[in-house]
Amino acid sequence: MTITRSFTYVKPGSLPEALALLAEHGRGAAVLAGGTDLVSWMRDDLVAPEVVVDLKGVPGLGGIALVNGTLRLGALATFSDLLRSPVVAAAFPVLAEMAGTVASVGIRNRATVVGNLCSAVPSNDAGPVLLAAGASVQVSGPQGERTIALANWFLGPRRTALGRGELVTGVSIPLPGPHGGCYLKLGRYRGEDLAQASVAVLVLPERRYRIAFGAVAPAPFRAAAIEEYLAGRSLDDTALAGASDLVPGQISPITDLRASAEYRTHLCRVMLVRALRAAAGRLAGDGPAYGTRLL
Amino acid sequence: MGHRVTLRVNGERWDLDLDPAETLLEVLRGRVGAKSPKVGCERGDCGSCTVLLNGQTVRSCLVLAVEADGAEITTLEGVGAAGLAPVQRALLQHNSFQCGFCAPGVVLSAVELLAEHPHPSRHQVQEALAGNLCRCTGYEPIIQAVLAAGEEP
Repeated sequence: MTITRSFTYVKPGSLPEALALLAEHGRGAAVLAGGTDLVSWMRDDLVAPEVVVDLKGVPGLGGIALVNGTLRLGALATFSDLLRSPVVAAAFPVLAEMAGTVASVGIRNRATVVGNLCSAVPSNDAGPVLLAAGASVQVSGPQGERTIALANWFLGPRRTALGRGELVTGVSIPLPGPHGGCYLKLGRYRGEDLAQASVAVLVLPERRYRIAFGAVAPAPFRAAAIEEYLAGRSLDDTALAGASDLVPGQISPITDLRASAEYRTHLCRVMLVRALRAAAGRLAGDGPAYGTRLL
Repeated sequence: MGHRVTLRVNGERWDLDLDPAETLLEVLRGRVGAKSPKVGCERGDCGSCTVLLNGQTVRSCLVLAVEADGAEITTLEGVGAAGLAPVQRALLQHNSFQCGFCAPGVVLSAVELLAEHPHPSRHQVQEALAGNLCRCTGYEPIIQAVLAAGEEP
């Protein structure tokens, strides 16, 4: 099968040039970074852009940098970049743990974190960890630059707060300081599957917790009720059972070809408890190494 | 039509006039004549279309050929051109393949892995090969061969 609809391919050499193309073509333009979603969606006729704007010629959109306690990922930073980054490994290793669960090496070499957020499928892997971290998305557009909190980013399956003519230039992650993190992703088999359910947990000093789920709602989301319940509590059996009991009220999974809603609900409870234990152990310094299989 | 694109495929320069809708996989097979990348799932799941683009594995079914303008592309034909690579010899010795459809993707994934980690752990081998679906062997003889290639000095 081939891509049947014709389109124009443009590779702008600067950000203003890219923005001018998006302004000119509006919804007829599609932005291309890694292409792992876009090319397959074009082949499946899910999208039929008139113009494909390849960002890989725009300088300054790549890279991973730590500036004043904020980790900044450029729009072209790939999941493989996260896995190879010594900055990520030292400052926010749960991001690499997440990246390691994404598809396969050949996909991770192309697929970008920002593209993952922009595609905004319910099972996206970048969302839960970045939501738990309180990340925000940097956007450039006809009205200049703006910042959108990731909490306000996902509007539904494949729908985001990105406006017409706007382009995401990067993601900023305010690093939480001392923390233990954990990302658990449930798939039908190990390696390269989409998530049936996922959970990201950050355990912070003074018994503060941040929790986000993926693939069990129209978009990844923070589980505020569970965070509030756990705040100030030690993770003993009672607290973990209480947190687990809150899960069914927080998630809204569907039954589809990858899993039933009941299975997703049950596993979310199991995964939340395991992720909390692992993250707390990592904060304390005696948890499993990041990347260890816990499912 | 109308995009002048230069690809270097296995060291050979190709100047092509391409439609942007042509994928790298289609151009490699249909225009360049490199048939080792296979048309499998065409959605990035199976790994059979894997090639190296500037040294990194990509799913060539998900790359537009125009994106690869100026890039160095290596297909399986390029890996074996100057005699079998050590990992290919190990795969032969371990009788790792049956039908061989997944072999191009497996070999290129192993080449990428061994370039970055010459002595990989079993976990690293499994991670590197994940996404290359093999329906014949159950993977074990493939994993054993790549581990054996990684034990060579």
